[in-house]
Amino acid sequence: MVKREELKIEPGEAVGIVAAQSIGEPGTQMTMRTFHYAGVAEQVPTGLPRLIEIVDVRKEPKKPLMNIHLGPKLAKDEAKAKEVAEELEEVSLRKIAEIKESFAKKEIYIVVDLELMKYEGLEIGDVEKKVRNTGLGKVDVEGETKVVLKPKSASLKNIRRAASRLGDLHLKGTKNIGRAIVLKEGDEYYIRTGGSNLEEVLKLEGIDQGRVYTNNIREIERVLGIEAARNAIIFEVRQVLDMQKLDVDTRHIMLLADAMCTSGVIHSVGRHGLSGEKASILARAAFEETIKHLINAAVRGEEDKLVGVTENVIIGQPIPVGTGTVKLTMKRGKKK
Amino acid sequence: MDGIYIEKRIEKLKFSLYSPEMIRKISGAKITVPDTYNEDGYPIDGGLVDQRMGVIDPGLKCKTCGGKIRSCPGHFAHIELVRPVIHPQFAKMIFLLLRATCLKCHRLLLSKKALEEYMSVLELEEEEEGAGKTGMGLGTERFAKSVKKSGTCSHCGAKQPDIKFEKPTTFYAGDKQLLASEVRDHLAAVPSGDLKQMGLDPEYARPEWMVLTALLVPPVTVRPSITLETGERSEDDLTHKLVDIMRINQRLEANINAGAPQLIIEDLWELLQYHVTTYFDNETAGIPPARHRSGRPLKTLSQRLKGKEGRFRYNLSGKRVNFSARTVISPDPMISINEVGVPKEIAEELTVPLRVTPWNIEECKKLVMRTEFPLANYVIRPDGRRKKVTEKSREELSTTLEPNCIVERQLTDGDIVLFNRQPSLHRISIMAHRAKIMPGRSFRLNLAVTPPYNADFDGDEMNLHVPQTEEAQVEAEMLMKVDGQIISPRHGHAIIKGQEDHVSGAYFMTKDGIYFARPEACKILAIAGIHELPDADGKGVKGEEKWSGKLLFSQLLPKGLNVEYKSKLGDRVKIKNGLLVSGAIESKGFETEIIEGIARHYGPEVAGKFIDNATRVSLYVITKHGFSVSLENYTLGEAAMKEIVTIQESAKRAVDGLVMQYKKRTLERLPGRTLRETLEERVMGVLSQARNDCGTAVETHLGMENTSILMAKIGARGSLLNAIQMGAMLGQQAVRSKRLVRGYRGRPLLHYKRGDLGAAARGFVSSSFSTGLDAREFFFHSMGGRESLVNTAIRTARSGYMQRRLINALQDLTVQKTGSVKDSRGVMVQYIYGGDGLDPMKASKKLLEEMLTSPERE
Repeated sequence: MVKREELKIEPGEAVGIVAAQSIGEPGTQMTMRTFHYAGVAEQVPTGLPRLIEIVDVRKEPKKPLMNIHLGPKLAKDEAKAKEVAEELEEVSLRKIAEIKESFAKKEIYIVVDLELMKYEGLEIGDVEKKVRNTGLGKVDVEGETKVVLKPKSASLKNIRRAASRLGDLHLKGTKNIGRAIVLKEGDEYYIRTGGSNLEEVLKLEGIDQGRVYTNNIREIERVLGIEAARNAIIFEVRQVLDMQKLDVDTRHIMLLADAMCTSGVIHSVGRHGLSGEKASILARAAFEETIKHLINAAVRGEEDKLVGVTENVIIGQPIPVGTGTVKLTMKRGKKK
Repeated sequence: MDGIYIEKRIEKLKFSLYSPEMIRKISGAKITVPDTYNEDGYPIDGGLVDQRMGVIDPGLKCKTCGGKIRSCPGHFAHIELVRPVIHPQFAKMIFLLLRATCLKCHRLLLSKKALEEYMSVLELEEEEEGAGKTGMGLGTERFAKSVKKSGTCSHCGAKQPDIKFEKPTTFYAGDKQLLASEVRDHLAAVPSGDLKQMGLDPEYARPEWMVLTALLVPPVTVRPSITLETGERSEDDLTHKLVDIMRINQRLEANINAGAPQLIIEDLWELLQYHVTTYFDNETAGIPPARHRSGRPLKTLSQRLKGKEGRFRYNLSGKRVNFSARTVISPDPMISINEVGVPKEIAEELTVPLRVTPWNIEECKKLVMRTEFPLANYVIRPDGRRKKVTEKSREELSTTLEPNCIVERQLTDGDIVLFNRQPSLHRISIMAHRAKIMPGRSFRLNLAVTPPYNADFDGDEMNLHVPQTEEAQVEAEMLMKVDGQIISPRHGHAIIKGQEDHVSGAYFMTKDGIYFARPEACKILAIAGIHELPDADGKGVKGEEKWSGKLLFSQLLPKGLNVEYKSKLGDRVKIKNGLLVSGAIESKGFETEIIEGIARHYGPEVAGKFIDNATRVSLYVITKHGFSVSLENYTLGEAAMKEIVTIQESAKRAVDGLVMQYKKRTLERLPGRTLRETLEERVMGVLSQARNDCGTAVETHLGMENTSILMAKIGARGSLLNAIQMGAMLGQQAVRSKRLVRGYRGRPLLHYKRGDLGAAARGFVSSSFSTGLDAREFFFHSMGGRESLVNTAIRTARSGYMQRRLINALQDLTVQKTGSVKDSRGVMVQYIYGGDGLDPMKASKKLLEEMLTSPERE
C-alpha cells in the first residue's frame, strides 16, 4: 500500500519550470483552428491562439462571449427566455438608422428605418432624446424619420467624429452585448451572447447569477475580484487543453494562475507582467529589452541579489533550485 | 586544481554609472591617436590598439600587466572628449530631469506641499516594497503628476521654459537649443537630496555623468582584429567606430584651438555627438546607422548585447561546452531503455576524469599503460599541466603518476552520460543514459524512449554530454536516469512506453487461442532473461504440452500485480496476481495501464525492466508471426465499391437538394445563422456523414483480418480515417474549416460554373488514394495541404515564444521545505503546492482512487 506521504512533492523541486514546460510543450501539438459558436460569434479562437490570449490577459478577448443561465422560473420557458435575450441585445443607432453627413450644411442627418425601429420598440422621440443627451449639438426632428443634428463645432474633423460616435450611440439593451440567442441544454434554456458585460448582466432579474459565464478574464477580475479571476484562468486554460484532448495535470495550471494572481492584480506572462516585475536585473535583461533594464538599473544604483535561476546561470554559479538549494559547506583543512 | 571547490561566491551585483574621474582612474591609457597599427604592423602607442590595453597578437606582452594573450584579460583606456556629449541611452532620463528641475536654481520643481505629500507616499511604499522598487520616481506617471506642469519654481520663483526633447539627443528650452555643456552644468548643480526624491541614487549615479566628458574605451580583447589570409588586418566594428570618434574629436580640438567660428565648431560637435550615439547604439531611431565600407551597418555596443544572438541570450544564458558529441540516431531494440549506444569513434574522443588517489593508483597506472580501447587520453599533473598519452609518453607518464593527478579515461560501458534532442521543450528532452560502446557511427537508442525526445530515425541527430565530476554523475543518475522518467510530470502517465509494433506483437501474443510449443516458449522467455518455464496450460493436437501467449506474457509481469481495465477492443483485461487472466494487450495496456501499474507499485527499475523485456518479446513474436501491409489492405471488393458509390451518390444528391432549397429560399434557417451559413453547415454535415458511412463500409468489408484495420483498432498505428482515404474516398477538403472557394470569383477553379454550390465544385473529393485523384481533385487536396503546412510553420514559432515567456515567468518558483511555493524574492505563490502538496508525477488519479477505496485505508 502506498502512503500519501510518499506522494508528496519534494522540497526544492522546480515546479515553476515543470509547470511552464507542461503547458508550453503541448503548444506545438495544438491546432490553430477557430471555433464557431452558433449564431453569436464566428471564429472564436481555440487552441494555441486562445492560450496565448489567456496568458497575455488581453483587455478583451478577441471574441468575448457569455453564457447566461436562467432562474428556475424562466429556464423551461423558451418564449420567456427569448424575451430576456431580446432585452439583452444592444441596439445602437447604427442598427436602426442611416447616418449621413452633410459637409456643405455642416449637419448630420439620422434617417431611421421605421420598421426596424418599431421592431425594437423604439420611437423617434427616444432617438431624438438620446442624440440630444450626447451634447454634440442642436437636435431637430424633421418629419417622421429624420433627426437633424447641428454639431457645436463644425470643423470637418469634428463632424466626422460626431457621426461615427453617433453610430455607436446606445439606445437600448445591454452595452457590448451584440447578439443574444437562446439555446437548449437538457430540458433547460439558456442564453448565449456575443460580447460580454458581466457587471450589467449580473444585475438582470430572472437569471441564475451563480451560473453566469463570461470568457473575459479581465472583466471577471474587475467585477468579482482576483480569486474569481484566478479560477477563470484555470477554467479557461483547462478548457483549451481539454478541447484539444491534451492531458495536463491541473496543478501546473493552478500554479500558473496563482503566479499570475499573487500580487492581487492579474499580471500577464511576458515583459509587461511577471517577467518585467522580476527582482533581478540580469534576468530581466536576459529576457527582453536588455538595454533598457541595464540603463535603469545603473541610474537607480540597483542591486542584483543573485537569488534567481537566470542570474546564477549568467554568472556561472549553481542555481538555487533542487540540489542547489542545499546550503551546506565543508570546511577544508589539511589532512592530518 | 581544486576545480570542484567553490572558493568564492558572488553575493550581489551593483549597477552604477561611471564618473569621468572614475573612468580616468581605471583607464590604463589615454588614447591620443586616431589610428591602430603603423606601417610595420605594430600597435601605435596612444592608438586604439595600444598595448597598454592588452594584447591580441601572439608573442606580444601587455604593457600594463605583463600578461600574454591568454593571461591578460585586457584593460580599459579612455578618450578625453573635447566637448561634452550626451550619452544617448540616458537622453530620456536627462529629459525627465530637465523637466523636473528649475533651470535657474537647479532645484526640484515641486511645491513644499506637493513634496511632503509625495514623500509620505514614497516612505510608505518603501516600507512595503523596499527602496528603489516603489513605482515612484522619475518617469513614472505618479511623479509626472506631482511635478507641476510648467510654471514657476517654488524655490526661486523663476518662470520655467517649456522643455522639448528631440530624439535622439537634442534638447530645447523654449526655442533655444540647450548645448550638451549647458545640460551638464545644470545637472551638476542639482542637489543630491532632490535627486533622491526623484528615485536616483546620487552616490552611484550623478546625473551629470550622463553627459560624457571622458569616453571609456574597451580593451582590445573585447574587439579583436582578425588577420585575413592575405595578411591584411581587418578591425572590429567597435574599433572602426572609435577611430571615427577620435578623428572628429581631434578635428574639433584643432578647430577650437584655431579659433574657428562658432558655427563650424557646433557642426563638428554635432558630428561628434552622432558618432558617440552610434557607438552606443547603431539602431537609434531618427538617425541613419553608421555603415561599414561595404554598406553593412556596424555592430556597436547595443547590438552586441541585444536579442537572441546578443551577449545575454547567446553567451551568458547559454554556454558552449566540452565533452559533448553529436551524430545521427538509429534504433536498437536490443539495448535497454537506460542505455545509449555510443560509436567507438566518439567514445575514444570523450573522456571521464579519474582522480588518482593512493587507493587507485595501481589501476590508474595500468590504465595509462593500456594500448587497447579504453585508454587514457590525457594525464593532468597536479600542477595543472595537461599531457597527452602517446606511444612514447605512456611509459613515463605511468611511472610518474602520483596521487592528485587526473587521468582522463576514454568513455566506456556503464558511464553515465546525458542525452538530448532539440528542441528541448521539456525536462525529459535531456535524460541520463548509461553508455554502451558500439561499432558504427550513429547513436543507438531504444525505441521506447523515443516519445520523450520526440525523436524518429529519419535523420534526426542528438547530442551527448559527459558529466565531469562524481557529484554531477551521481546527480545525473539519481535525478535524470531514464527509468526514473517513465511517468511524465506533465500528466502522471507513462511517456516511455512500447508503441506501434510492440503493441501489435503483444496483441498477437496475448489474444485468445494463441499457444506456443516448448522450443518457442523457451525462446520467448529466454529473450526476457527468464530461464524457468512455467507449467504448461494447453495441449496440442498430439497431446504435447503447449504454453499460451497470455501465460508467457504473464512471466514478464511482477508477481502480485493487479490491473484491470477495459481495452480499446471493448473487452475487460484482467491481470490478477501477476497473471494475465483474460483479455488481449493493446495500446492502452501496453502504453499506460500496465506500465503505470508496475511503476506505481514496484518502482522505476522494475517498470524499466518490464519495458525492456516486453518490447523485445513483442518484437520477437511479431517477427516470427509475420506482419505486413500491402495495397491489398486498401483495395475494396466490388460489393464494397458499389456501396461506396451509392453512399457518394446519395450524398451528392442530398447536397444538390439542399442547394435547390437554398436557391428557392425554402431551406429552414438554423437559429442564429444566415441562410447561406445554414446551407454550408448542412452540406458539411451531409458530406462528413457520407465519409463516416464509408468508414463503416470499409470497416465491415475489410474487417479485423486486415492488418491495417487491426493496427488502427488496437491503437498500434494509423486510424480508420487513413483506411477510408486510401480505400474509399478522401472526402471534403477545407481551408479555414470551410469548403473551398478562394481564387476565382464564385468558384475555386475555372472548370465550374460561377456560383456552383454543389459538392464537387466546392472541394469534395470522391476519389481515393488508391484509385487516384483527377486534376481538379488533386488541386483541391493541395489547397488543404498547403493550409496545414502554413499552420504548422506559424504554430511552432508562436508556441516557442509562448513557452519562452512561460518559462521566464515561472522559472524561479520552487517548493520550500514547508511545502509552500515561493519565488526568488520570497513571495509566496502557493501555501501548499497544487493545493494538496502532491507531486503530479507520483500522484496519479488512479493511484489516489486506489488509495481511497483500499481496505487498508488508514
